[in-house]
Amino acid sequence: MPENRKKVLEVKHLKQYFGVGKPGMVKAVDDISFDIYEGEVFGLVGESGSGKTTAGRSIIHLYNPTDGQIIFNGKDVSSFKSKKDKLEFTRNMQMIFQDPQASLNPRMTVEDIIAEGIDVHHLAKDKADRRQKVEDLLETVGLNRDHASRYPHEFSGGQRQRIGIARALAVEPSFIIADEPISALDVSIQAQVVNLMKELQEQKGLTYLFIAHDLSMVKYISDRIGVLHFGRLLEVGPADDVYLKPLHDYTKSLISAVPEPDPEFERTRKRVPYDASIEQDKEGQPRKLREITPGHFVRCSEEEVSFYQERAASYEKKAPEVPNV
Amino acid sequence: MGERILDVKNLQIDFHTYAGEVKAIRNVSFHLDKGETLAIVGESGSGKSVTTKSLMGLLANNAKIVGGSIMYHGEDILKKSEKQMQNIRGKDIAMIFQDPMTSLDPTMKIGRQIAEPLMKHKNVEKKKALAQALEILKLVGIDHAEKRINEYPHQFSGGQRQRIVIAIALVCYPEILIADEPTTALDVTIQAQILDLMKELQQKIETSIIFITHDLGVVAGMADRVAVMYAGQIIEYGSVDEIFYNPQHPYTWGLLNSMPTLSSTDLEAIPGTPPDLLDPPKGDPFAARNPYAMKIDAEEKPPFFKVSDTHFASTWLLHPDAPKITPPDEIVRRQAIFAKMQANAN
Ligand SMILES: Nc1ncnc2c1ncn2[C@@H]1O[C@H](COP(=O)(O)OP(=O)(O)OP(=O)(O)O)[C@@H](O)[C@H]1O
Ligand SMILES: Nc1ncnc2c1ncn2[C@@H]1O[C@H](COP(=O)(O)OP(=O)(O)OP(=O)(O)O)[C@@H](O)[C@H]1O
Ligand SMILES: [Mg+2]
Ligand SMILES: [Mg+2]
Repeated sequence: MPENRKKVLEVKHLKQYFGVGKPGMVKAVDDISFDIYEGEVFGLVGESGSGKTTAGRSIIHLYNPTDGQIIFNGKDVSSFKSKKDKLEFTRNMQMIFQDPQASLNPRMTVEDIIAEGIDVHHLAKDKADRRQKVEDLLETVGLNRDHASRYPHEFSGGQRQRIGIARALAVEPSFIIADEPISALDVSIQAQVVNLMKELQEQKGLTYLFIAHDLSMVKYISDRIGVLHFGRLLEVGPADDVYLKPLHDYTKSLISAVPEPDPEFERTRKRVPYDASIEQDKEGQPRKLREITPGHFVRCSEEEVSFYQERAASYEKKAPEVPNV
Repeated sequence: MGERILDVKNLQIDFHTYAGEVKAIRNVSFHLDKGETLAIVGESGSGKSVTTKSLMGLLANNAKIVGGSIMYHGEDILKKSEKQMQNIRGKDIAMIFQDPMTSLDPTMKIGRQIAEPLMKHKNVEKKKALAQALEILKLVGIDHAEKRINEYPHQFSGGQRQRIVIAIALVCYPEILIADEPTTALDVTIQAQILDLMKELQQKIETSIIFITHDLGVVAGMADRVAVMYAGQIIEYGSVDEIFYNPQHPYTWGLLNSMPTLSSTDLEAIPGTPPDLLDPPKGDPFAARNPYAMKIDAEEKPPFFKVSDTHFASTWLLHPDAPKITPPDEIVRRQAIFAKMQANAN
């Protein structure tokens, strides 16, 4: 268990609201707390609109949080005021964006896009070194060296996503927020990119916040997983526990909907419907993440703990259900 | 299956770039029958989007159609003027684009964007069109649709935007729906909802669907037939069961092998990268990455070998003189299921 490892990121009671004070206020992220340890991959899953991207953007300080704290390597991110501190922060923490199209400047060549961070942080000795670094990065993410002089529109969706990954890797960050980094990629490249991210994690000790809705891939890459719904964390635990022994009904429903590459299985698949009304708060029974089994938390009230303990125990009795693929 | 409504023959498309001609589509042929779902899967950059954009007459300015035909109701789409295409596009053939942000107008309320095809193609008056837009917005699962119909694209999450794009494509009940990675940005629950919606619509109005995705799980649940593309070519096609349980091309094997399942512990990536289409290889384009490649793969492009009446694959491994090889374990496992299915059917 990672408890004896260093905490790279501490998210404390983070709230990110949009349109505060207006009638249509959105509580995109509503009081979430979690830690990420050095060298760990923390997977954040949840349905569309649950607040994953918003959480990522708040953590990297693209938004000013409505409330709560982000502690990065022991320091409060909002305390970075000097240019030097900010520069160091942007070098150490990088984000791979969900929408590769919107995040690549169409007027810049791939080389200039990837080298932007290299220039800002003066990481290249000279022009040749800069070019070399870019070419190495292109190869790292499975593109060709001669792609460097082309423009984003000349690439397919998946190729553009890999340019975004190369750009994030260029400044050699220690922490990467990857927002759906592989959902635009085809499976064979997905496997390459995920294996690449794992390799970088092992070689360079990188730490990731991996945001995705592809649960099978998240399970594969993550050490721990958090399940987000309506801006709140419903369940946090070791990846295998969350998948094979889900505690929250919402997690169960999510897992039951994962498509499997097997036509027979798909023809007979049964999805577990989810009734979101169980998330409604009850008077005097505040809900928060509570530990049910070691390291495995579920959002519940004191009164509900015994129910989840029983659910956890029931998994120990029968063998966990694994799809027949 | 119903009548044939689309017939693509020997399609060839180049892109002019300053580095040279990118030979993006190299002799692609396929057909689509009424009411069926054809899934196109394949490597990133293999030409899935370009192929389908050509059906809509929406190729980039630097594209050149070198050859081939796309017959739709007996007429060649490639010979139609832009004006004629405008009457087809969004009405008879609608497309859900891969990149939701680029197909939405950031300055226009989303309700208006959904209503517009109805006003333009079906002469529905504005008020009625907006009412229908509201209905379809609810159908694709946007909560508080009454309020959100008056919002702009940037106020929605990635997945919500994608559902708006889907609503725009469905609003005219098109005869052919081309869906380019329509659910890639969606979580599994909403994805299931959208896929059900597409299937429902298909049954109701017999829409034919061309479904592009790299998610083989989605393909398994949606497709009647599957075409596998690699480096600008279709390399294998067949019924969904034939492709999943009796695949023949080593690239299809690699695809099925690199798919994570909830129980997988390691991922078999296909090593290497696809060929540069500025100068495509003359033999089997997959040869350089193919652990089963033979000498002839580098020299001569394999023809389509017939596996069944509906199943064809372009690999020299199917030549009668090719040595017998054992596919990866995962494929052997799948082929055993196929053998059982065949036995049961007889
Ligand atoms: N406007 C363009 N100019 C030059 N090359 C292009 C252009 N558009 C596409 N291409 C090239 O054509 C090939 C096919 O691209 P396409 O977008 O069809 O791929 P795809 O199969 O849809 O991939 P993905 O799964 O990544 O979306 C790619 O090699 C791409 O680089
Ligand atoms: N700039 C903004 N202004 C107002 N509302 C916003 C803004 N950005 C996001 N939202 C809202 O906040 C909620 C969370 O959005 P977010 O983009 O974080 O979701 P997500 O979990 O990343 O979803 P997806 O999987 O679809 O990308 C959504 O309801 C969205 O409409
Ligand atoms: Mg998002
Ligand atoms: Mg594409």
